[in-house]
Amino acid sequence: MGLIGKSVFRKEAWEKVTGTARYTADYPATDSLHAKIVVSPYAHAVIKSIHIAKAKEVFGVRAVITGEHFPLTGEEIRDRPVLAKNKVRHHGEAVALVVADTPQQAKRAAELIEVEYEQLPVVHSPTEALKPNAPLVHEQLGSYKKEDRVYPEPGTNVANRTKIRKGSMERGWNLSEVVVEERFSFSPSDHAAMETRCSTAEIHPDGNVYIMTSSQAPFMVKRLIHDYFGVDIGKIVVETPLVGGAYGGKASIQLELLAFIASIAVGGRKVRILNIREQDMLTSPCHIGLDATVKLGSTRDGKIQAAELLFLFDGGAYSDKGADLNRAAAVDCTGPYDIDHVWCDSLCVYTNHPYAAPFRGFSHSELLFTVERTMDVLADKLGMDRLQLRYINAIRPGDTTPTQVKLNKSNVGNLPECIVRLKKMIDWDMGMIQDLGNDKLRVKGVSCIWKTSTIESDAGSGVTLSFNPDGSINLISGVIEIGTGTKTILAQILAERLKMDIRMVHVQMKVNTQSTPEHWKTVASRGTFMAGRAVLAAAEDLIEQLKSIASCVLRVQAADLEVGYGKVFLRDEPETHLDIKDVAYGYVYPNGNGIGGQIIGRGHYNLRRLTYLDKETGAGKPGPEWSVGAQAVEIEYDKKHLTYRIVRAFSAVDIGTVLNEKAARGQVMGAMSMGLAFGGRETFVFDEWGRVLNPQLRTYRPLRYGEHPEYHVEFVVTPQLDAAYGARGAGEHGLMGMPAALGNALSLAAGVKLNELPLIPEQIWKMKQKEGHSHASL
Amino acid sequence: MISARLTVNDEEREIAFWPSDTLLFVLRERLGLTGAKPGCLNGDCGACTVNVNGTAMKSCLMLAVEGMNQTIRTIEGLKDSPIQHAFIEHFAFQCGYCTPGFIMNINSLLKKHPNADDSTIKEFLSSNICRCTGYQEIEKAVKSLLKINREDKAGLPNDE
Repeated sequence: MGLIGKSVFRKEAWEKVTGTARYTADYPATDSLHAKIVVSPYAHAVIKSIHIAKAKEVFGVRAVITGEHFPLTGEEIRDRPVLAKNKVRHHGEAVALVVADTPQQAKRAAELIEVEYEQLPVVHSPTEALKPNAPLVHEQLGSYKKEDRVYPEPGTNVANRTKIRKGSMERGWNLSEVVVEERFSFSPSDHAAMETRCSTAEIHPDGNVYIMTSSQAPFMVKRLIHDYFGVDIGKIVVETPLVGGAYGGKASIQLELLAFIASIAVGGRKVRILNIREQDMLTSPCHIGLDATVKLGSTRDGKIQAAELLFLFDGGAYSDKGADLNRAAAVDCTGPYDIDHVWCDSLCVYTNHPYAAPFRGFSHSELLFTVERTMDVLADKLGMDRLQLRYINAIRPGDTTPTQVKLNKSNVGNLPECIVRLKKMIDWDMGMIQDLGNDKLRVKGVSCIWKTSTIESDAGSGVTLSFNPDGSINLISGVIEIGTGTKTILAQILAERLKMDIRMVHVQMKVNTQSTPEHWKTVASRGTFMAGRAVLAAAEDLIEQLKSIASCVLRVQAADLEVGYGKVFLRDEPETHLDIKDVAYGYVYPNGNGIGGQIIGRGHYNLRRLTYLDKETGAGKPGPEWSVGAQAVEIEYDKKHLTYRIVRAFSAVDIGTVLNEKAARGQVMGAMSMGLAFGGRETFVFDEWGRVLNPQLRTYRPLRYGEHPEYHVEFVVTPQLDAAYGARGAGEHGLMGMPAALGNALSLAAGVKLNELPLIPEQIWKMKQKEGHSHASL
Repeated sequence: MISARLTVNDEEREIAFWPSDTLLFVLRERLGLTGAKPGCLNGDCGACTVNVNGTAMKSCLMLAVEGMNQTIRTIEGLKDSPIQHAFIEHFAFQCGYCTPGFIMNINSLLKKHPNADDSTIKEFLSSNICRCTGYQEIEKAVKSLLKINREDKAGLPNDE
């Protein structure tokens, strides 16, 4: 059918351009009560008292809930109360919950709740958190329940530590003739999905729990409500319709728990919580920050021998997925380079900042900012071309990763080719700097990227396919349509396999955990890989059943039959056939005898041969494959005002076979845009008390129309042999090199090392002041 | 509560609401027109954009009472329009949450400025945020609809 690579329009396209697409908050709430959250105005404080009497008097209020009697929660470490208990640990933490007939009544009552606090010293950064006399964010760290293979250090602010020990550092440094060391720092920021999180919960008299939520992980909601509250897992039904942007932020389970306890408080009635933007940024989890030190050693001809990396992730007040993010950073800590001697300690550290959810790239744009900035510093010290240094050291089949996985031609993309391609795209040989006169410079910065996934070692995905009487097929997968178009890609995979018209594939967008087969979580650029394999398995199941019925009717062996083009036909005699629509619901002989019935196919795929990481060395196989790429930005820098404009942004990425050209470009460009915004302007601004000063889209500024550069995206194609039609992960990778490429371009342009984010003119000015380079005309 | 008539998508509707209710709230909760989205309730993101007398308005910043005697059009009132086609053809959306707001903004833009130049397009569209695309796709969709780029040179339906 030639559907592979074709820019098929997304299946839910007309829904989305006509306003009929429904997101969680679009479902009617006439039968619903509404909850509002009272949040902490402080980053670290003891709760002395909570006065709820006035709130209870507000007309329409049905319940006021505070944090006393709920279990601790947390996916890795159970360190987080659903509502703050005894003390608050970050600005915006949920302290109380009001349930009322209308959102307006709930808000009015929430404003009348008086909480008395006594402020405590604030832990402002992970570096500060590790100082000997730092205040403890969690005094009881040693008593928390936790998963295996998470290593909190009680008595400190360390929530988790992952170690990489590869080769011999002594030998690595001995082989190194040139050594560079750089330090980096950036604060937490936010995903800022346009749809703020929304959850509803109700508990029926039979004990069944119904939740609807804007989530990347409805199946995990089900598991955790079971784990935390002891509800029978089969009695929990979670629905997720279309999701209005997620980027990792909706992979954490948070608002669902508030909706659930709110429903308990009103006798199981349905309660909806729709985050206001401010609470979506502060109360729900955010994007992680990082302090890091990177030391690289190489021979004089540019072969890197040793890497020593210290990552101190700012996990914020609770570990949530932070204690997993630090592990993912350790796994790929060197960047996409072949280095024999590696030492890395990657920590998730508690601070009094809002806590971290996953963020598109799962700690990779963060670690790559530090490594790729250091690569430029090393290249300069060596007097070597920046792309040449990357080319020489680029990871290749036959090399081993920091966790000692041996790479081959299938499990890693072709980075050297990406670098060569990028070089052409950006006219690298024309030079990195062009003086435009008038105090303006055009400057290029580059970065390489790689990433594997670090999700559960046996994470799985299931798909069911059912025929309609016309031979069309319903495709049901647990992948959430968060905007990536994955469900359309799955339809392409199915149509390609069955050689059928893609218009005959009907995709169910909504996920219901009771009727939809599980997809672990829609994260980690693993939707197409895992669900794609599940679709192929389900298609085989359909084919086998079609052949079985057809073999009776046609009186041939099933092995002689083929399926495609809407028919089941004899391989050597295609005119002997049955139309699929005459078999899809079973076959009826002329005399009325029927055989078979509606054909339903099922398939699943689970990650295989992955292993846990060794506690002391990190050795182990965390993910199935690595996508790689090379990226660049070109800026126009104003030397006088220290301002800049991003003119062009480039990606040469190896995402394996491209299944839908325009959709893939869209994923890469959109991710690049988000990476430029993260690197260039987005951050929480904290005051001396650890309060976030900019939790609004007016003061927290994502890129807007007209601020976008021209995007150039090219694909290098190294198929992943075990993936459906050879497609690699693609959803996150465009983002990952952008902060580093921008930092590299600006550092070159401004003549100072810019190792902190975001890269706003004020930051450039500060660094110029620091290095005594302040411009004569200022 | 007051009872008032609002003209929305060519239909006159009688609705009861509070004088303090925003147009966004009334559209969504009283009329079931959920195409306009809440994103910030502060005029920052543009997800709630509708057209009032042909002008792009953020419905979170406007009271429903202010909509009386005006012609209101929401995304549900656009049927099979060139902008909708262009958005699909140019892959100008992903999650789709900002899409109704962008489309209604562009609907107003193109009626007022059928051959809008870059700075006019920027002036209009910089009031909306799209977090998924790189905006280049949206730019291409808009520009494909400029009168000079259209074979039929057709204008867009007029609400005024």
